[in-house]
Amino acid sequence: MAIGVGDSGLPGRAAAEDTFRLAHPDVIVAEIAASRARGRRRFRAIFFLTWLVLVGGLVITLAQSGKVDPSFIGKWGPFILGGIPVTIFVSVCSIVLAVVFALFGALGRLSRNPTVYAIATLYVSIVRGTPLIVQIIFVYLALPQFGLVIPALPAGILALSFNYGAYLTEIFRAGVEAIPRGQREAAQALGMPERSIMRRVILPQAIRIVIPAIGNDFISMTKDSALVSYITIDEVFWRANNAGTQTFRNFEALLIAALVYWVMTIVFSLGQERLEKRMAESDVRL
Amino acid sequence: MTEPHDPFAKPGALTPIGATPIVRVVDLQKFYGANHVLKGVTLEIYPRETICLIGKSGSGKSTLLRCINFLEEPTVGFIEVDGLRVGSDPLHARSRAHQEQIRQIRLRAQMVFQEFNLFPHMRVIDNLIEGPIRVKGLGRDEAIATAEKYLAKVGLSDKRNEFPGRLSGGQKQRVAIARALSMEPKVLLFDEPTSALDPTLVGEVITVMEELAHEGATMIVVTHEMAFAREAADRVYFIEGGEFAEVGPPDDVLGHPKDARTREFLARTLGEAHVPA
Repeated sequence: MAIGVGDSGLPGRAAAEDTFRLAHPDVIVAEIAASRARGRRRFRAIFFLTWLVLVGGLVITLAQSGKVDPSFIGKWGPFILGGIPVTIFVSVCSIVLAVVFALFGALGRLSRNPTVYAIATLYVSIVRGTPLIVQIIFVYLALPQFGLVIPALPAGILALSFNYGAYLTEIFRAGVEAIPRGQREAAQALGMPERSIMRRVILPQAIRIVIPAIGNDFISMTKDSALVSYITIDEVFWRANNAGTQTFRNFEALLIAALVYWVMTIVFSLGQERLEKRMAESDVRL
Repeated sequence: MTEPHDPFAKPGALTPIGATPIVRVVDLQKFYGANHVLKGVTLEIYPRETICLIGKSGSGKSTLLRCINFLEEPTVGFIEVDGLRVGSDPLHARSRAHQEQIRQIRLRAQMVFQEFNLFPHMRVIDNLIEGPIRVKGLGRDEAIATAEKYLAKVGLSDKRNEFPGRLSGGQKQRVAIARALSMEPKVLLFDEPTSALDPTLVGEVITVMEELAHEGATMIVVTHEMAFAREAADRVYFIEGGEFAEVGPPDDVLGHPKDARTREFLARTLGEAHVPA
C-alpha cells in the first residue's frame, strides 16, 4: 500500500484507483481466457468423474453380488469378440449397398416419369411400412419357396441394405432438393442436357450434403445388424446369445455384447464427428 | 398476316453493313397462371449492339430476358437467335424435339445471372470448361485454351485454380462472364449482373461489361445501372407492366424521357442513387 490510509481518509477508493490503473487490457484478456479454460477443464473432469462413479459403482456392485461369474469373460469373451469383424463386415457392405439403392430410389422419387416414380414410391412405402426383422427373415426363409435360395450372409446384407436404402432414399431426395435452383438454371443455360445436369452439377453437391446422414445411418446400422443373428449369421449378438444360453450365463454374455456395441458406436461417432468437421471446413470453400 | 417488327430497331454503330437482326423476339407473351406478365413484346437486336432493358421490379424485364433462352417457356410468340427460330410450345415444353431446339438457342445465347450461379464444387477453370466439353464436345486442351483466354480477359488468370467460394462477389461475377464467353455465344444475356454485389464491387464488373460492349459483343442487359446504360447501350428499352413504354437511344430515354412513367421511374432510381450515405 503506497498510499497511506491516513492521508486521503478514503482508503477503499485509493485502493480501487490503484488496481484500476494496474489492470492492463492484455492482462484482462489473458485472465478471461485462463478462467474459461479452467471452467472447461473443470467441466470435463466432473463429467468423467461422474461416469467413473456410475460405471465403476455398477461394476463393483455386480462383482460383490456374487451372482456374476468373472471367469465367463475369460472362457467366452474371445468367442463373442470374434463376432466384431462379422458385425463390421455386414454393416459396411450393407451401407455401401444401401447408398446404391438410395441413389436409384432418390432419382426415381425425383423422376417426372410416373412409372419410375411409382416404383420408387412403392419401394419406400413397403420398406418403411414393414418391420426390419420381417424383411430379414423374409429374404432368408420366404424367398426359397420360390426357388430363390440366398445364403445367410448375402441375405442379411441384402435385407439390411434394402431397408436402409429406403430411408436414405428420402434423405438423398431432400439433399437434391436442397441444391439452389440457380445451379440447375446455370447448367441449363449452358445448354447441358438433363442427364449431365444431374450427374455433373446436382449430385456431386447433394452427396456432400448427405454424407453426415450416411454416417449416422452407418452407426445405427451397426446396432441393427444384430437382427441378422436371427438368420444364423455369427456376429456379436448371435455369439453372445449362444454362449449365454449354453452356459446359463445370459447376463454376462449379453453385457459383453452390449459393451461391444456401445464401444463401437462411440468410436464410429468420433469418426463421424471428425468427418462432419472436415465437411464443414470444406464448406468454407463452397 | 405479316410478322410484327421492332419499330425502333436499327443497326448499331458497330453493326456490319447489310447485317440482319441477330436476335428477334416477336410478339412475346407470358402468363404465370392468369397473371399476364408480358403483353406482346417485339424486339430486334443487330450484331454487335448492346441494349439495356430497364424498369421497375416486377415490370417483366427479367422474364423477357429469361424467355429469350427459354429458362421461362413463353406462352405465345417466338424467339429467333442467329437464324434459328423457336416458337413457344407450352403444351409440349418437355418434348424431346422442343428441348433440343431450346438447347440450340442456349448455345447461341449465354446468360450471366444476378446470383452468379457458379458451380461451387468445381474450380474456376473447371467451371469454364464444363460447358464447352459437355455441350459443345470440345477436347479438354482446346477448352482449357479458350477458357484461359477469357479468364485473362476478365483479369482473373491468377484465380484459375481457386474454388468460387474463395472469390469476392465481383470476382465471382467476372468468372461467370468468362464462363458465358467460353461458350463463344452469339449473344450475351445479363440478368441484373450487379444487383447482388456490394456497391464497392460493382465497378469491376461494369468495367468488364463496358469493354465487351466496346469490342462489339452483342449484349442484352437487364440492369439498374443507369450509368452503364448511358455509357454502353445503343438503345434503352423501358418496360412497364409487361410492355415497352419508351424506347430509344440512352440520351433520349434517360436524358429526355417523354413518357411520364419513364420520368417517374428515373426520378426514383436516380434519386435513390443520390441519397447521401
